[in-house]
Amino acid sequence: MLVELGHFSLVLAMLMSAAQAWFGLAGPALRQPQWSAVAYSAVAGQLLFVGLAAAALLHAFIGNDFSVLYVASNSNSALPTFYRIAAFWGAHEGSLLLWICVLCLWTVAVALRSHHLPRPFASRVLGVLGLVSFGFMLFTLATSNPFRRLLPAALDGRDLNPLLQDFALAVHPPILYAGYVGLSVGFAFACATLIEGRTGQDWARWMRPWTIISWAFLGCGIALGSWWAYYELGWGGYWFWDPVENASFMPWLMATALIHSLAVTDKRGLFKSWTLLLAIGAFSLSLLGTFLVRSGVLVSVHSFAADPARGVFILTFLVIMIGGALSLYAWRAPRLVSSAGFALVSRESMLLFNNILLVVATAVVFGGTLAPLIAETLGLGTLSVGPPYFSPSFMVPVLPLLALLGVGMHARWRRGGLGDARRPVLTIAALAVILGLAICLGAYASRSVLAWVGATLGCWLILSSLIDPVDRMRRKLSLPAAIVGMSMAHIGLGVFVLGVTLVETATVERDVALRAGQGVQLAGYTFTYEGGENIAGPNYNGYRGHVVVTRNGSTVAQLTPEKRNYWVQGSVMTEAGISASWTRDLFAALGEDVGAGAWSLRLQYRPLIRFIWFGALIMAIGGIVTLFDRRYAYASVASAETADATTQRATP
Amino acid sequence: MNRFLWPLIGFALLVVVLIVGLRHAPDKEIIASPLIGKPAPTLDVPDLIDSNRRVTGTAQAGRWYLLNVWGTWCVECRAEHAALLAIRDEGRVPIIGLNWKDDDAAAIAWLSQLGNPYQAIGADRDGRVAIDWGVYGAPESFLVNPQGVVVEKQTGVMTAEIWKQRFLPHMDAQRGVAP
Repeated sequence: MLVELGHFSLVLAMLMSAAQAWFGLAGPALRQPQWSAVAYSAVAGQLLFVGLAAAALLHAFIGNDFSVLYVASNSNSALPTFYRIAAFWGAHEGSLLLWICVLCLWTVAVALRSHHLPRPFASRVLGVLGLVSFGFMLFTLATSNPFRRLLPAALDGRDLNPLLQDFALAVHPPILYAGYVGLSVGFAFACATLIEGRTGQDWARWMRPWTIISWAFLGCGIALGSWWAYYELGWGGYWFWDPVENASFMPWLMATALIHSLAVTDKRGLFKSWTLLLAIGAFSLSLLGTFLVRSGVLVSVHSFAADPARGVFILTFLVIMIGGALSLYAWRAPRLVSSAGFALVSRESMLLFNNILLVVATAVVFGGTLAPLIAETLGLGTLSVGPPYFSPSFMVPVLPLLALLGVGMHARWRRGGLGDARRPVLTIAALAVILGLAICLGAYASRSVLAWVGATLGCWLILSSLIDPVDRMRRKLSLPAAIVGMSMAHIGLGVFVLGVTLVETATVERDVALRAGQGVQLAGYTFTYEGGENIAGPNYNGYRGHVVVTRNGSTVAQLTPEKRNYWVQGSVMTEAGISASWTRDLFAALGEDVGAGAWSLRLQYRPLIRFIWFGALIMAIGGIVTLFDRRYAYASVASAETADATTQRATP
Repeated sequence: MNRFLWPLIGFALLVVVLIVGLRHAPDKEIIASPLIGKPAPTLDVPDLIDSNRRVTGTAQAGRWYLLNVWGTWCVECRAEHAALLAIRDEGRVPIIGLNWKDDDAAAIAWLSQLGNPYQAIGADRDGRVAIDWGVYGAPESFLVNPQGVVVEKQTGVMTAEIWKQRFLPHMDAQRGVAP
């Protein structure tokens, strides 16, 4: 009964979103201010009914209601409660409902924070969000209904995919989606701006905080996914350039470009049409990512549910939303030309380079991801694109980007030049080169040029990000949140670059077969396999090996890699044994039982790998810190009113 | 020409590529089963009904057989049972059952209640054989040709339509080649 109520609630929520779209968009267009008020009520109604629908599905999962097909396919009575909750988004149907929930929460947040926006503008933003919401709910109800009954009911469920029975992956989808879906807010702001034909630049300031929050969520989500892949997939990699990973990485790159472009538009009123295009592009890429993952167009290790019928639906939705937004752009953007100039070395030009390089980086990932598809379209046969293409190609735009970043941060607006920062920037550049050499040759005895370049760039980013805050503190000036946040995010990037560089160039790895008591040398550590025992978990049984790692005779780590057999789905999972520290990870994964008491083992020494995820986290936190800047703390009724006046003039 | 039109044109091209990709997507689904076109994995399990005998793939060498993975705990298996009985009655191919992670007594009771479509049934009590065959969840059916190569696989419930459209043509084709 509760399940049917959930289903019914989702239908009602869809109708609410349709009302939100109609009244939100038609209200300002037909000059019916009271209609816009209806859009707000529709948002409230949508929250209520989406909440009920989600609660009904959650209840079915917690209560092991195997008469629901989705629950029976993705849960099991032996599954621990925490994972039963996570099973909610363990497959396609529930992921979509999660997407809808997240979008609903974003919409509510926009509605609550819209008091400083001109009323017609806010109404249009809600209208566009309503359209997105309507599309997703229609999609869910028509092709992927999580409330479908299974009659007769199953005695027990088929269990959650064991790959997903893990803490990081259980919390990964909500965070990733918060970012993915959050980009729809920037998209809605961009559409509303284009619909109104706003010629000012005030919208850039309104859009900035929303973009930064979703960017931060997206970064955290991607980092969590990468961390999970590292310890769960069992071969020690942290990034595979897989289509599903790329699907989340491309919007992140685009959102990064958008954040920087927004800074220029907000501060100087430049790049207006470009910024709007980026806002549309970032959300389009997240929709496209959904299409690629869900339609079966690209085969990926991650695509759990692929169905061409769903593909047709998403593609139609894609054409309406993206095609509509881009048509709007082609129609309205020509009005947004700005003529202010700037010098060759100025903050504006540096941010322009930043944007060009980030877009090129996105294009590199995009091209590689779609290359198999394009080859097929042109009849060139099947093509597989992997790290050998991505890793070097990605470096082409990214290395200059990192090198310029340290300069760009200190370039002055408009007039150009580096001003007082010139000397410290040069000093730090020299220091970074020396430090890079010291790290490579001294700490890791690596003669690779790439390692040196990477280490230098990492140090360069970290040190040059410190110039501004340190200088301000020395001069006893106030330290605005915007500067602290920006420095943090760039330091995070530097930490990340250091991590990636050393993991890629100084990792030592061996695959060996060891009998109990046998040991092997690896990067100055001795890994000894000490046998193992059979284990039993709540819904699996397996084998746990013991690997003791010693260095110079003293024990530094005890690793316990596991091989688990999840009996409901009959799948075998590898749980790596990892000893983590700031400077290195020691990694052991069980391969196969090769007989006679011996196991094949994958052993790795990975320097600085924690820097990768820690750096990503600092970046995200840095972004959040900038939101506390005073520029966003406006209860500016006055500016809203003046903006209102301009809107009235701009609207035909 | 309006340079602001370029993003829209680029998107239109992308849509064309995606439509073509979507048309090819169903083929990929079928190729996605890695066993198809490869020799069938080893099948050697104790017989469910007579534990002194064994059910093996080699015993089927030189003729077609359909391996059906099932369990009494699997609701969909009950749903496909009628289709399996019909395939048995058709008489084109023997069905070998693989009773997966099941209770022997329950399995025998199920067959006496619903009818037995199988020529022989192997008992895969710990699920090891199913792992070799890459079984993801019951029911699954594999069609193996006289050369011992897996030619078709159905993940999920077998129906009369699927049998007619995807499985029978393989056997018809083979008969056409070697009359």
